[in-house]
Amino acid sequence: MTFRIALPKGRLLPQIAPLLEKAGWGLDDYNEKTRVYRLKSSTMSGLAAKMFQEKDIPIQVAVGNYDIGICGLDWFSEQMVKFPSSSIVKLRELGFGEGSVYAATTPGSFTGGTLSARGEVVRIAGEYPNLAEALALRLRLRRFAVYPLWGSAEAYPPENAEIVLLSRKDPKEIESLGLQLLGKIVESRACLIVNKESLRSKDLSPLLASLNSVIGDAASIEFFTSSLPGSITQVQADLPPADLSVVRLALPDGHQQTHVRRILDAAGINIDDYPSSTGNRRPNISLDGFFIKVIRPQDMPLQISNGNFDLAITGRDWLIDHHHQFPQSPVGELLDLKYGKVRIVAVVANEVPVNTSEELQKFRKKAESPCRIAAEYVNIADNYARVNQLGACRIIPTWGATEAFIPEDADVLIENTETGSTLVKNNLKIIETLFESTACVIGNTRLRENRIQGERISAFVARLKQTMETMP
Amino acid sequence: MQIQRCKGCRDLTREEMLRFRSVETAFQDVSRCYGYYEVRTPTLEYLHLFTSAGTLTPGMLRRVYSFLDWDGWSGERVVLKPDATIPVVRLYTETMGSEASTARFSYVTNSFIFEETGIKPRERWQCGAELIGPGSALADAELVSFACDAVKKMGLNRLELKLSHAGLIRGILSSLGLSHAEQNDIFDRILDGNMTALDSLEAEKPQAVEALKLLLGTKGTSSGFLKNMRALFAAGIPEIQSSLEEFIATIDVVEAMGLNYEIDFTSGKGFEYYTGFIFRLFAEGVNVGGGGRYDRLVGMMSGKDVPAGGFALYIDRLAALINIDGLYIGVSQRVSMDIEPAVMKDATEAADLLRRAGCVVTFAAPGQPDEECGWKVTVRSGVPRFNVFNCGKRETSECESAIEAFATIGCG
Repeated sequence: MTFRIALPKGRLLPQIAPLLEKAGWGLDDYNEKTRVYRLKSSTMSGLAAKMFQEKDIPIQVAVGNYDIGICGLDWFSEQMVKFPSSSIVKLRELGFGEGSVYAATTPGSFTGGTLSARGEVVRIAGEYPNLAEALALRLRLRRFAVYPLWGSAEAYPPENAEIVLLSRKDPKEIESLGLQLLGKIVESRACLIVNKESLRSKDLSPLLASLNSVIGDAASIEFFTSSLPGSITQVQADLPPADLSVVRLALPDGHQQTHVRRILDAAGINIDDYPSSTGNRRPNISLDGFFIKVIRPQDMPLQISNGNFDLAITGRDWLIDHHHQFPQSPVGELLDLKYGKVRIVAVVANEVPVNTSEELQKFRKKAESPCRIAAEYVNIADNYARVNQLGACRIIPTWGATEAFIPEDADVLIENTETGSTLVKNNLKIIETLFESTACVIGNTRLRENRIQGERISAFVARLKQTMETMP
Repeated sequence: MQIQRCKGCRDLTREEMLRFRSVETAFQDVSRCYGYYEVRTPTLEYLHLFTSAGTLTPGMLRRVYSFLDWDGWSGERVVLKPDATIPVVRLYTETMGSEASTARFSYVTNSFIFEETGIKPRERWQCGAELIGPGSALADAELVSFACDAVKKMGLNRLELKLSHAGLIRGILSSLGLSHAEQNDIFDRILDGNMTALDSLEAEKPQAVEALKLLLGTKGTSSGFLKNMRALFAAGIPEIQSSLEEFIATIDVVEAMGLNYEIDFTSGKGFEYYTGFIFRLFAEGVNVGGGGRYDRLVGMMSGKDVPAGGFALYIDRLAALINIDGLYIGVSQRVSMDIEPAVMKDATEAADLLRRAGCVVTFAAPGQPDEECGWKVTVRSGVPRFNVFNCGKRETSECESAIEAFATIGCG
């Protein structure tokens, strides 16, 4: 009998690895330095494990790709709160993985059951959009908007969100970010989850018994703790009117920072503390009338379209993904910065007898099960499935390392590639290049109401354009 | 791969559609007699229409079909309509103008709520009415009478009414010092049979708990029951005084109209947006509808206090109960025509005459078996033009014209 296990990379790995070793699972390659995704057991012949981002695991176990998974309670709850009939069950908590998901707001904006907001809509941002929506309903907010984020939620209040959901070790960490704690949503301790069908029909006892013998008792899950207010009444804050001539510029965090810094330097635009060693998300810029925040590039198109920012530097891939979700969105490309070139491609396993998307369409007509398309770009993937009339499809959202999904967990990938070598290494082939992506300046392309702001944006874009023309 | 319909959704077969239309037609006929105008609200609405306190419960809101529209970059969601009344009230507030006026609206609509097992339907159909403006006992009685007449028009008898009053229940719960949300929660728990929910409250407010237990444990059969309650508790629980008077007035009118009823406070479950009189209607022992007074809903949307009440009848349940024998067109009135293209004009003339007389006429596709029919007519360019075969008697008649063929079949 084969046992399929989904194990997380990242924060929980250092504590899960010794636990599994003690349980005798023999997954010798499950360690922080490993370079493989697929793990074999040296002690149990039928055991096959794979490494995922933690948030991928509840989805992978729910769709039945894996019998057992280990992830934080936060990601399990994020899945269950929106999809209560998901085919997963929480079996045990593992007694480690300190921390919780907290709801937080700007200090002073929440008092005695009322929350100050800038407009009629309470904006909730975070990496847990389903928990955010459930929180809004629980707090009985009349109007709310949820901004799903890839990260950096702490950067959003007060200008860009009233409430943020953050995963942190304890409330002190929330306060150290300069935020006021609203309450705890759910703990993020590690838990053992199992596919319902596997639990019903498969003998998993060798694995479960071996784990049971090495883990202690743990507290049961407490969801939406009593520390949260029962309901919140929203009041419109009496704030001075915003200066509409100020340009709100979003700059990327992560590996793009050095490229952006190089271009800004070449343009003679001075920027302090970017990249920041202390995690400063509001660096100063030498241009008058500009305000900067550092956020995830994936989140920028939405943040421009909803009016939180005026300009941003991100990849065209994320702009196109956004346009597939919101075709009439007012955000558009203002300048191609020509670095970070990648191709966005459709990919299948080498063994699949197709070489084009058209052939894939014919091939899928004979298939007995839905086509599984894994992608970080879920909207591009969804559009690809529709345009190519692939019939019944399942779009599987991923958060990195998508190339490892084929063949067990997906049939097709929508993936970015620079040279194609990673794809070749993973026994994959490209069947279509959808488009090329480079970094670009994006902004709201609709008519601007403030003349000075419009001139500042045009001047900024013109200055970068001129710089690009003279850069090697 | 077999193509299937969505889990929790159902097709209506041709027999089910006959039933559906029969329920709908009966409802609309009665609706016209009561002076109600039909309206239709969209399937998609903004989520925030349903999220304000006092509209849908958090438990319901967790099961709505909400998503981002194609232009939903603001992050605000839209929903597949989870409730019929709230959109009709929105329509009223959008069209009411500066002065509140009386509106009588009826509707036939579907609504969508996720149901975990997929066994019960996730898409439900209902027909209903909203009376916005008047807030008297007469208004309550008009709605009850309309609902009962509509169900009778569908051919269903053995009607029973179960009457309750949300204001009365809320009055007692509020005298226990419970918040709005706690009131909803504790009442639903009590109705689920969990009387221990009251234990912790009994020590502090024994009289209110006693009143609640008596109300929930007794089924009244006349306004006398409420008058007894008034004598026992109104002085000690002033919060229930006005609701009791209102309920007694409504019961008196309902009784004078000769309707059968029972006062049953356990029929108030899910009473979040109701503020006063509540009723549930049973036909042949099945709960086929219900409604009540929701005096705060218009105010929450428009800021203007306008009393309102309404009811909904559950089409899916009614359709399963009604008798549709008389709705089928019998085999003797079904005619199949086999036509030579050159004489299509003559054939069409005969078909028109027959259809106007109430027959079903189909054109037979060569080589394809047709539905069962009482008559087979062959139309050819020679003489005779019409060959009319009576399938029951197995007799053939030769006719020269469309009128003659029509007269032979008769469609009587």
